[in-house]
Amino acid sequence: MAHGISVIALLLMLGASTIARAQEPELPVSEVAPGIFVHIGVTALMTRENEGAIANVGFIVGDSAVAVIDTGGSVREGRQLLAAVRKHTDKPIRYVINTHAHPDHSFGNAAFVDPGASFVGHKNLPRALTMRGQFYLDGFRRTMGDALIDEVRLVSPTVLVEDTLKLDLGGRSLTLKAWPPAHSDNDLTVFDERTKTLFAGDLVFLTHIPVVDGSLKGWLDALDELAAIPAERVVPGHGAVSKWPAALADERRYLNALAADVRALIASGKPITVAAETAAASERSRWQLFDDYNARNATAAFSEMEWE
Amino acid sequence: MLRHRIRLLCFASLASVALAASVAPAAAADAYDPWPGLVQDIFNNRPMNDGSDVIGIEMPARAEDAAIVPVTLRTKLSPGDNRRIKTITLVIDQNPAPMAAKFTLGPDANVTEISTRVRVNNYTDVHAVAELSDGKLYVTKVYVKASGGCSAPAVKDAEEAKNRLGQMRYRQFARPEQGPASNIREAQIMIGHPNNSGLQMDQVTHLYIPAFFINEVQLWQDDSPVLAMEGGISISEDPNIRFTYVSNGAKHFRAEAKDTDGHVFQHEWNADASGT
Ligand SMILES: [Zn+2]
Repeated sequence: MAHGISVIALLLMLGASTIARAQEPELPVSEVAPGIFVHIGVTALMTRENEGAIANVGFIVGDSAVAVIDTGGSVREGRQLLAAVRKHTDKPIRYVINTHAHPDHSFGNAAFVDPGASFVGHKNLPRALTMRGQFYLDGFRRTMGDALIDEVRLVSPTVLVEDTLKLDLGGRSLTLKAWPPAHSDNDLTVFDERTKTLFAGDLVFLTHIPVVDGSLKGWLDALDELAAIPAERVVPGHGAVSKWPAALADERRYLNALAADVRALIASGKPITVAAETAAASERSRWQLFDDYNARNATAAFSEMEWE
Repeated sequence: MLRHRIRLLCFASLASVALAASVAPAAAADAYDPWPGLVQDIFNNRPMNDGSDVIGIEMPARAEDAAIVPVTLRTKLSPGDNRRIKTITLVIDQNPAPMAAKFTLGPDANVTEISTRVRVNNYTDVHAVAELSDGKLYVTKVYVKASGGCSAPAVKDAEEAKNRLGQMRYRQFARPEQGPASNIREAQIMIGHPNNSGLQMDQVTHLYIPAFFINEVQLWQDDSPVLAMEGGISISEDPNIRFTYVSNGAKHFRAEAKDTDGHVFQHEWNADASGT
């Protein structure tokens, strides 16, 4: 018995985190195209119970290296994603790409900090993390609890994308594109030339109501350019992997309805509170989490469109 | 078997550490009521009277967007009441800078309704304190839940916010009760400004990004003051004030805003038109 305890103590001294890391189960991923692995997040708000695992995350395996695209909503999810990478390949993770600053996509970053890995993001991502990071940590502590949030570290990218950037994973070229403000003001997409797969981040939502946290007008403007990307399939930020560009249709309809309703309310002199209650009501039955986000989208859209 | 026990112990020890580190501050935050301290700091401990018959606050029960939470202040004094509201101070208790705005109502403008938009960082009481012409303070409050999801009390499109700096818009609205003979007006002033809080630390330099916000707005019809606002960082980006007043027949509506960098933004419009 005494012997057993000392072994336990020794292992604890070696570091609880090492043990926790080794024991972390793999995040379930599916190979949606050769070398492209995706975990589909649950359509929900981030909670203690779902460990923040609500966004789609994934990785791309090249001939010599791996790129991880988004790290999930907690370090625990990040470690599970890391375990999934290690199950499928022993190639090094050279790039950790954040599609934007939102916590469901970036709270897992700390799991991937490693001298061999570069963090990659939109040129505005560091600013967004600075302006919002502490608020996110405080806010999600309330809904996810201390155990998950205590270990979250805001990891800023060191490789910044101004316009477009090509990354080479060894015989596999990824094209990264930094977008003008749309879903957020730091949206980045990743296009895999080999399989014609687009990781769209939150520029594309399916099932989960789109969330406007950048510019509704900018997002509407971006849709045509997005649709022109010669992809065969899209990994959206939320929702199922889908055919491209057909996957854009629902989101386009919602954003257009929201913009039209908000513009009409502004023109008729209605206050912003009426927009929160009524705009895009026709879309209510078509989306999950509508009541969690639509009023907010309408509020943001109203304050943007007022300046037209 | 041994492996299994190690795992349990690890979980137990991690959990207890996390619990010890966290329970105290979280519980304290819930129990701590900043209001008495705010009464001292903002109102010099003057007595607070029940203001439920004097002033109303309308806010959504939950902040949908942490950066843009609509708030409407509505006076409730009956027409026969010979007291007048001189100022209304809006306080968001749990915000980093709780005093959101102090409105001074023009003595002859008969402002009865003021709407603006504020940032809400946390679950919080929001107080409105009216100072009446009887020299007394009257308080009322609502409770607002913080927003969920990824909204933050920060600028959404930082470049656009810079581009709009100093732009002003004025708009007149038709009021339902506004017949041809009525002189009740409803108007709105918008001021393009990022209203940076100065509370965020740059992660690279570890310096605080300097505060940069509108701290003073004054509105007149011709030379008669309608409404003034002393603002703080709890006012949303692109400060927006919508309000009612009684027209004195003035031809012009005039606005002046100042920010913490010493910019002065001025504009004048035809009182009955809308424009930029
Ligand atoms: Zn997002």
